[in-house]
Amino acid sequence: MSNQAPLLELKNIKKDFYGNQVLTDINLTVREGEVVGLVGENGAGKSTLMKILFGMTEIRETGGYGGDVLIDGQKVSFNSPFDALAAGIGMVHQEFSLIPGFTVTENILLNREPQKKSVVSEVFGERLNTLDRKAMKQKSEAAIEKMGVHIDENMVISEMPVGHKQFTEIARELSKDQLKLLILDEPTAVLTEQEAQALLKSIHTMSENGIAVIFITHRLQEILNVCDTVVVMRDGVLVQNVPAKETNVMEITRWMVGRSVAEGAISRREPPETRTIMSIRKLWVDMPGETVRNVNLDVREGEILGIGGLAGQGKLGIPNGIMGLYQAGGTVTFDGQDIPLNQPRRCLDSQLAFVSEDRRGVGLLLDESLEWNIAFPAMQIHDKFLKPLLGGLIKWRDEKAINAVTREYIDDLKIKCTSSKQKAKQLSGGNQQKVCLAKAFALEPRFLFVSEPTRGIDVGAKALVLEALKKFNRENGITIVMISSELEELRQVCDRIAIVSGGRIAGILPASQPSEEFGALMVSSVI
Amino acid sequence: MKKSNASSGKKLLSFLGANSVTIMFVIIVAICIPLSGFSPVFLINEIITRMGRNIFLILSLLIPIMAGMGLNFGMTLGAMAGEIALILVSDWQIWGIPGVVLACILSIPISALMGLMCGKILNASKGREMITSYIISFFTNGLYQLVVLYMMGPIIPIIHNSIKLPRGYGIRQTVGLLTMRQSLDNALALRVGGVKIPILTFIIIALMCFAIVWFRRTKLGQDMRAVGQDMDVARDAGINVERTRILSIIISTVLAGFGMIIYLQNMGDMATYSAHSQIGMFCIAALLVGGASVDKASIGNVFLGVVLFHLMFILAPKAGGVITGDEMIGEYFRVFVSYGVITVALVMYETKKRRAKASMGEQLEAEQREEDAR
Repeated sequence: MSNQAPLLELKNIKKDFYGNQVLTDINLTVREGEVVGLVGENGAGKSTLMKILFGMTEIRETGGYGGDVLIDGQKVSFNSPFDALAAGIGMVHQEFSLIPGFTVTENILLNREPQKKSVVSEVFGERLNTLDRKAMKQKSEAAIEKMGVHIDENMVISEMPVGHKQFTEIARELSKDQLKLLILDEPTAVLTEQEAQALLKSIHTMSENGIAVIFITHRLQEILNVCDTVVVMRDGVLVQNVPAKETNVMEITRWMVGRSVAEGAISRREPPETRTIMSIRKLWVDMPGETVRNVNLDVREGEILGIGGLAGQGKLGIPNGIMGLYQAGGTVTFDGQDIPLNQPRRCLDSQLAFVSEDRRGVGLLLDESLEWNIAFPAMQIHDKFLKPLLGGLIKWRDEKAINAVTREYIDDLKIKCTSSKQKAKQLSGGNQQKVCLAKAFALEPRFLFVSEPTRGIDVGAKALVLEALKKFNRENGITIVMISSELEELRQVCDRIAIVSGGRIAGILPASQPSEEFGALMVSSVI
Repeated sequence: MKKSNASSGKKLLSFLGANSVTIMFVIIVAICIPLSGFSPVFLINEIITRMGRNIFLILSLLIPIMAGMGLNFGMTLGAMAGEIALILVSDWQIWGIPGVVLACILSIPISALMGLMCGKILNASKGREMITSYIISFFTNGLYQLVVLYMMGPIIPIIHNSIKLPRGYGIRQTVGLLTMRQSLDNALALRVGGVKIPILTFIIIALMCFAIVWFRRTKLGQDMRAVGQDMDVARDAGINVERTRILSIIISTVLAGFGMIIYLQNMGDMATYSAHSQIGMFCIAALLVGGASVDKASIGNVFLGVVLFHLMFILAPKAGGVITGDEMIGEYFRVFVSYGVITVALVMYETKKRRAKASMGEQLEAEQREEDAR
């Protein structure tokens, strides 16, 4: 047994996106029937690694990868997911890939339906074969059987609870005879406690049948319960590979978040003991993929409050819901006044501002000049940069004032551009982000939401953006709520950090607390 | 008990909402029948004639809807192909049923070619199939005029002066199809108490319905349903989405070509330059009146739609005359109602989507309330 080549071997896998190294020398071995738990923070490189393994075209389009993938000791190179499927690799993605109006059986056997020939199909070709419903039923029943969880094979997907949809996806992979390795990307995220238990049991069943499983999840206890090995990734490096028996949740959490940050960089300012300026009660937000449930949160005047948490747990939903970009409910009080939800204009009128995580979609007028981008909201909302003519009957744009304010922000934030008339879409990501900030600053708000301000921008721009936020807070006394996936960044800038898990606030800690404490909160009630 | 009452009330409301167009037509027809004063035999006769005339054409709309390409005006292209075939066949003086059959065969390559073109363009404009196909039908009308008005005569030989324009080339405003007038309808016709039933036409329609039911159960039909519901998922499963969509349009144009030939042999003459111009719109309106929507249509919708839509056309002039003293009001009604029905259907489709989105929020709120109660 031991001299047999392992089912899957990854040797020195490297990958960069346009010079940005996301994976460095990954080595991993998976044996037949082995269950490997893969954990890591967002951006640790888990999904990129799985995309390489699954032959996603995205990888090839961005310049391929370095290193070798070996299956049964043979070097392979997949050009598309179909090659990976043929080699016996199956993957269940986080987003469902199911046809809503089809039954479970039809979905399990999608495009692999057993068929019957007829006279017509002999003449006009195979696509006019009729479907063999009986054989389809047998095949899907067999696949469901293999999974060890019962679902009704005649049920239509759109009428099913999410958990059953997940099981349908798994059964589809299991119905492929050649399947040797199954990758499950956060399969329990949408499951109830009971369903998750059933899934873990079915992973056991699969493993006994000789199918290897790579199990990606944020629920660490599940990993310990079901996996043989735990693999931890951080910043594109495989940091730990240990048998599950020899570790525990605390240790894994430390490996996940334990990044070496200079202690001095962490914000040591005592959280100000001022009055509450914004209080959020029973907030729910229907933002797809970032659902918020029953959030209560108080923001103090003059502080920088961080909101952190893993992707998909709802941290982005909080500002988007309050600012009226997604449907929301509950009560939000700002400075003693109720802010009506679902009406973006009313939020802006109350001198709230929002720098969206969707820079190009929500944040910028891509085809307009920097001047327009920076001045437009202020003009629209607060009648700034406008000259009244004819006693206020007509309002004329004050080009001079617009130009002056734009130049000021270009200098302040060191925006790299050819002139203040340059189009926003011609700037780099980091500079676009600075324009977004300038736009919000020009509104002269009393309260600012900043969502993922450093996502996808380089280190230099990152430092500048964070510094600008800090300065805006310290000098003008503006209250800032900053949402970010990067815990260390929050710890550098914020006074207090609230961690969102499962759509709810799992806890609020001062930034000076050790990162393990935050890590534990992050995974506390992950859905 | 109260709760079940409330939910059944809600169900009834949503049923009424979803079928409001159909219900409105039933009411209009019910009011107009006594007003018009037509005899039942006359009405039944008219309806049966018009069913035989129109149903096949409307059936050609079902397959693109199944493939997720919406209410598709691609069928207009098929109608033009059918007309070209009919012009040629009537010039060759092939009469009766053989003429109809030959026209059908001739129309296939023309329809298929136009379907291929239309399908390719629609693949480049996914999600806006309805408006794109509508504009394509205008564009193709120009091509059709070029062929019929200028090329027929000098390039495509036309022998008989009776269908040529006096100037020597091009086709006349109307082409008489007296030689094949109702040749399908009269073969095997049956008279029951003064009502003529065109058995052969109905047999053809029945065969077509069976063919559609059978087609849904083939691999290609299954692929079309998958593509219609979610193109990305279908593509991930290895289905050739583009090819499947093109095939659905080709099938639709070819069937529409046959449908147009059946339609025109029943009418007995053909308005060369306008017969196809509004046919797509009337067919789509009839289908919607039968209770279909942008993403869902059945054979039942076709039959119900044809009966209701044509009943209104028969009744409206007379009823309008009784009410306002002007029979022209009926003709006006025809166009006005068709556009209205299509507009309502499109608006309802969008509202339904938005409502489904809003219900997600409601569910979240309800869950939260439940949690608080605990």
